[in-house]
Amino acid sequence: MSPANGDAQTTNANMKIKVTVWRQAGPNAQGAFKDYDLDDISPEMSFLEMLDTLNEMLNDRGEEPVAFDHDCREGICGSCGMMIDGVPHGPERGTATCQLHMRKFSSGAHIKIEPFRASSFPINKDLSVDRSAFDRIIESGGYISAPTGTAPDANLIPIPKGVADVSMDAAQCIGCGACVAACPNGAAQLFTSAKLAHLNLMPQGQAERWDRTVNMVDTMESYFGSCTNHGECEAACPKEISIDFIALMNKDFVKAQLKQRRLAGQLFP
Amino acid sequence: MTLDSKIPDGPIADKWDNHKFDVKLVNPANKRKFTVIVVGTGLAGASAAASLAELGYDVKIISFHDSPRRAHSIAAQGGINAAKNYKNDGDSVHRLFYDTVKGGDFRAREANVHRLAQVSVNIIDQCAAQGVPFAREYGGMLDNRSFGGAQVSRTFYARGQTGQQLLLGAYQAMMRVVGLGMAELYNRTEMLELVVKDGVACGVVCRNLVSGEVFSLAGHAVVVASGGYGNAFYLSTNAMQSNVTAAWRAHKQGAYFANPCYTQIHPTCIPASDDFQSKLTLMSESLRNDGRIWVPKDSNDARPAHQIPEEDRDYYLERRYPAFGNLVPRDIASRAAKREVDAGRGVGPQKNGVYLDFGAAIDRLGEDVIRDRYDNLFEMYDRITDENPYKMPMRIYPAVHYTMGGLWVDYNLMSNLPGLYVLGEANFSDHGANRLGASALMQGLADGYFVLPYTIGDYLAPLLGKPIVTTSDPAFKAAETKVSEGSKQLLSINGTRSVDDIHRELGKVIWDNCGMARTEQSLTKAISEIPAIRDEFWTNVRVLGSNESMNQSLEKAGRVADFLEFGELMCRDALHRNESCGGHFREEYQTEEGEALRDDENFAYVGAWEWKGVGSDPALHKEQLTFDNVHLATRSYK
Ligand SMILES: Cc1cc2nc3c(=O)[nH]c(=O)nc-3n(C[C@H](O)[C@H](O)[C@H](O)COP(=O)(O)OP(=O)(O)OC[C@H]3O[C@@H](n4cnc5c(N)ncnc54)[C@H](O)[C@@H]3O)c2cc1C
Ligand code: SF4
Ligand code: FES
Repeated sequence: MSPANGDAQTTNANMKIKVTVWRQAGPNAQGAFKDYDLDDISPEMSFLEMLDTLNEMLNDRGEEPVAFDHDCREGICGSCGMMIDGVPHGPERGTATCQLHMRKFSSGAHIKIEPFRASSFPINKDLSVDRSAFDRIIESGGYISAPTGTAPDANLIPIPKGVADVSMDAAQCIGCGACVAACPNGAAQLFTSAKLAHLNLMPQGQAERWDRTVNMVDTMESYFGSCTNHGECEAACPKEISIDFIALMNKDFVKAQLKQRRLAGQLFP
Repeated sequence: MTLDSKIPDGPIADKWDNHKFDVKLVNPANKRKFTVIVVGTGLAGASAAASLAELGYDVKIISFHDSPRRAHSIAAQGGINAAKNYKNDGDSVHRLFYDTVKGGDFRAREANVHRLAQVSVNIIDQCAAQGVPFAREYGGMLDNRSFGGAQVSRTFYARGQTGQQLLLGAYQAMMRVVGLGMAELYNRTEMLELVVKDGVACGVVCRNLVSGEVFSLAGHAVVVASGGYGNAFYLSTNAMQSNVTAAWRAHKQGAYFANPCYTQIHPTCIPASDDFQSKLTLMSESLRNDGRIWVPKDSNDARPAHQIPEEDRDYYLERRYPAFGNLVPRDIASRAAKREVDAGRGVGPQKNGVYLDFGAAIDRLGEDVIRDRYDNLFEMYDRITDENPYKMPMRIYPAVHYTMGGLWVDYNLMSNLPGLYVLGEANFSDHGANRLGASALMQGLADGYFVLPYTIGDYLAPLLGKPIVTTSDPAFKAAETKVSEGSKQLLSINGTRSVDDIHRELGKVIWDNCGMARTEQSLTKAISEIPAIRDEFWTNVRVLGSNESMNQSLEKAGRVADFLEFGELMCRDALHRNESCGGHFREEYQTEEGEALRDDENFAYVGAWEWKGVGSDPALHKEQLTFDNVHLATRSYK
């Protein structure tokens, strides 16, 4: 929190910055960095408003604006995301790109902006990437099968507050992909484990717990790299999802395999 | 054409049950023979798509988002209402029904609202079963809070992220059926035309937003769940990509647009800081439970908030509405703030806000309690404004937030075009002239989980065995050509102004003249100015790039082109409605105390507009509203 106590409302003078931006015309085109100078950036702008300003300038000059994904601009939809000086979502911890403000940079700054780099996130154009591999992980098991109409009264299944709270901590993931972009191996463990923890901790999630875990982990591994415990994912996550959930996922995965073997008659032949 | 709302007979409490029994059913084995196209994956679209596919229908799902989970619904913070009466505080289906009709200032259809209140209880059950992590009490039961001025605690919530968790529940249910091959998903795909043949909706034309490819999908029914049109104002709390295009293009194919002038201005948003501002941020309404709203009594008072003593502050809501105080409904709180700012008593560097002060609450409850309740909101505020709300009051100001108007639908949620259904914020049906807090999520999910799955069979059943209009039909080919030509035209203008620049100009005209307060004069002015901006757009906009690749400027241009037509309709609707009701406040029609003055004799109807071409006057169709169960009365929150 900022210390301001209301005595002074400081409006800093506008900043001059240089940005180096990855430009790539399409999924199969060759990309390259390009430099742009911006002379009139207000510290009150969000990072994406700075890019809006850049795009207005480019449009005026007859150059195609920079493509980037965004929608809510409130840090909740997970659309935005780019590498800012090599860090997913930039320097401020627990903050998505759209919530980052230019006052976090100084005048004269030179900022390098690239798309999330991961082989499982192909580039659509400029800073926009295709993260549909995340949807593939969810459709392989990231749900509780409760077809409409089948539900009992909601209070029939009490959930201890502590369980609900941890489950909610995990459920806050916005599916932005920063964890993958931060990982040297391009692994999706943090994303997958967050969804697994959300559902596997809940009483409603028990019936499918083991199948869910195996299916989601298998799908994850078919798209993404493997985890070697770097922990970069947690540091990059705008929702500060804890890597403890990865431990939970690994434990559940081992258990799930045992259970499957038991069912197949392998453990107790 | 007369508007038949198809409200079932019988007492209000029995209508829905009777209707469910009366509608035609499609045999389970035959459901897969029907293709239903769902446009939109917000709460309404995702819940509908999942439920229809579970029933066995062949479902095709379209969303312009990169993943369906990103729909605008994700941003809802506060909560969702349901008449569960878990708090034993006197809530009931009838009370939720009553509150919603009254809160909507008697401009909603009673039968729809009653059904909404009835199915609200099923929604909570459904979502809990899906694993939505609702807030719990220590005993493990669901927690509720009072929200947006309700006199009972009927709001369910998941921290400050209720919309996110509900949407993820619906998205996951939908991805499950996609994974099982029961539905097909087209992400990064924008619907740009509704195809109508012989007066019946039979498909859509879309553009793939990555490759630029234009293609058609044919179906037995089309469900539009494309959200609201708040971004007509340019600045709003809606997500940046929310737009009116799907609804508007359906309108131009014959679907009536109802009550477009009913827009909700939310009282607690962060005031705009400058011209570069791209959107406004909502601060959850729950803050009004503990925050006190005030301005300095003297408009020249330049002291910082904490140096202004109690006697020099005007807690104007508490003063004017002693019974409800800071919790008066949104429209009333918004207009009251505007009144203070217009009178020069605004606060902040641009004098464009009012204070929302937690000082007293912190003194009374301690900072820890306040931190527990609102820390994520306080942090969000601090991040945006660089001011610490634990130390100094927040500054807030009303902003466009929700649109009650939308495509006209009957009781079955079908528009006047057979085969076209409209769900969620995109339809007009349940909130009248003003929506109560935590009721949009409820309506979206009611429509998708519990209404459409029942009512759509009634339309589809008789179509069994009849041939479908295929995408090789000339109607589809003509629509595809129109879409491609439209893109080409936008790309060929090559003028001097950007799409955003013209959108901003349009938004300002609408906000200034058709915003929180409207007059005959302001509306007439807007109606004369908007066509000029439209001409400017079509002769001087600059859209670079090509149609054959990802082109975000082109996407935006198409949406703004629609806002430029739609904005005029909004103003015309506001001009014709010579009364004030809910979010529609015509300054000429107010009580001596400055409250909205309805004219029930002449305006207790839904105004549904028929498209007659650009620049031609649209035709008005009226659906008379009757109030048999909630008696027409002037709202009073004193
Ligand atoms: C900041 C904020 C907070 C809110 N908080 C609350 C709250 O606490 N409680 C409450 O009840 N309500 C709240 N609301 C209102 C509520 O969130 C919305 O009214 C509701 O979520 C709308 O849902 P929807 O499904 O109708 O549409 P949306 O969620 O807007 O979804 C629209 C969908 O349509 C798709 N789409 C649109 N056009 C096209 C097209 N042409 N082609 C293809 N796809 C298209 C989009 O991709 C998207 O998937 C809030 C709103 C805002 C702005
Ligand atoms: S775990 Fe964090 S970084 Fe990864 S997708 Fe979720 S929110 Fe983004
Ligand atoms: S734009 Fe939605 S999270 Fe950043």
